[in-house]
Amino acid sequence: MVQELGYLKETASQTAGPYVHIGLTPNFCGIPGIYKSDLGASMVNDKTLGQRIAVKGRVIDGAGMPLKDALVEIWQADAGGLYNSPAEMRGTADPNFPGWGRCPTSAEDGVFSFETVKPGRVPFNDGRLMAPHITFWIVARGINIGLHTRMYFPDEASANAEDPLLARIEHRHRAETLVAAGTAPSYTFDIHLQGEKETVFLDI
Amino acid sequence: MSDRQDHKPETGAFFQRDRDWHAPAFTPGYKTSVLRSPQKALLSLDNTISEITGPVFGHSMLGELDNDLIHNFAKPGESAIGERIIVHGRVLDERGRPVRSALLEFWQANAGGRYRHKKETYLAAIDPNFGGCGRTITDDEGYYFFRTIKPGAYPWPNGVNDWRPAHIHFSIFGHGFAQRLITQMYFEGDPMIWKCPIVATIPDRRAIEQLIAPLDWANTIPMDARAYKFDIVLRGRRSTFFENRPEGN
Ligand SMILES: [Fe+3]
Repeated sequence: MVQELGYLKETASQTAGPYVHIGLTPNFCGIPGIYKSDLGASMVNDKTLGQRIAVKGRVIDGAGMPLKDALVEIWQADAGGLYNSPAEMRGTADPNFPGWGRCPTSAEDGVFSFETVKPGRVPFNDGRLMAPHITFWIVARGINIGLHTRMYFPDEASANAEDPLLARIEHRHRAETLVAAGTAPSYTFDIHLQGEKETVFLDI
Repeated sequence: MSDRQDHKPETGAFFQRDRDWHAPAFTPGYKTSVLRSPQKALLSLDNTISEITGPVFGHSMLGELDNDLIHNFAKPGESAIGERIIVHGRVLDERGRPVRSALLEFWQANAGGRYRHKKETYLAAIDPNFGGCGRTITDDEGYYFFRTIKPGAYPWPNGVNDWRPAHIHFSIFGHGFAQRLITQMYFEGDPMIWKCPIVATIPDRRAIEQLIAPLDWANTIPMDARAYKFDIVLRGRRSTFFENRPEGN
């Protein structure tokens, strides 16, 4: 026998189910009055620094249908490349930019959309700069554990070419699944759960 | 976003997630997962600052009734129908340390097993005084509590006769975006837990048992509400050995 390490096990994930919008965006799904507004509904105000951008997209299943009951959250650095988080030790992020947003996919066409700012570059663990990116987290009925992925920008070809995460993708054509379509300030980022165009999801 | 900046932040990368402990993506017994499960290998990568950091929420954002589902949607002087319960516990990380300022959001069916949702077709009645969602933030010891009614079981279209055991959905933010978690809490003694295809997506019985809240008789409030205790464990952080970071280890 040896000493016990004594670590606990992470609580197992379970699907967010069909009614995740009740819990996380009650105003959106017609339950007003509990919260003043849905958390994460707005990311920018008049004083937020940086270039305003719009990101919209869909989460598409293996039959090509957009999910209408999904919830998407994003997390990103501010325009100066700092995260609004206690774990950010490099400086203080823009106080007018939370860096986090939440959007349900719509019941009509399954589209999510965010009004945000173009993130600055942040360093990889070895100090090299990563290309500007937005972290995505997707949950829905039928998804047993939340899916992590990233969106990169189509107009950042040279930064993308030296990005350490994109470089880790063995099948080069799959790296394109992480690059949005469109041009500044409006980007489209469709997430494919399965099939030819399956998005690269991260175990991170 | 936080109004509690008096604690030293942790900056280590998170322990690798044990993917054998969690449900796999493709679980055909839960039919909706068939077309919604990624089929290619996930890209594994050590955490970067984009995953180590995450939003932290301040207690100031909470409304007075946010953690009281019996009253937060009820008309003045009225309350939701059902068995009154307190759900309480701690949010810890895998190292057993409390996670302070963790945001917990929860949602559930009413006492009859009916959700307040356009797409919900179950014939059980809507409770006019029950909205079905709430939220709270853990204190410095990682402790949280809320008041609600015990949700009812409900049928759902999967197999011909599949029912969900009584459950409360939980969404949890720790301090890093890699800790982001959604799960469900079940109730001690419910035989339906072991018949549920969604519960059965989890391969390890011990991981399922970790989702079952015991009746906490000691904390039951006489003549008012029974208590259930539900502790939640988020991913732990590696120590930042030998790194010249201000918080040390
Ligand atoms: Fe449910």
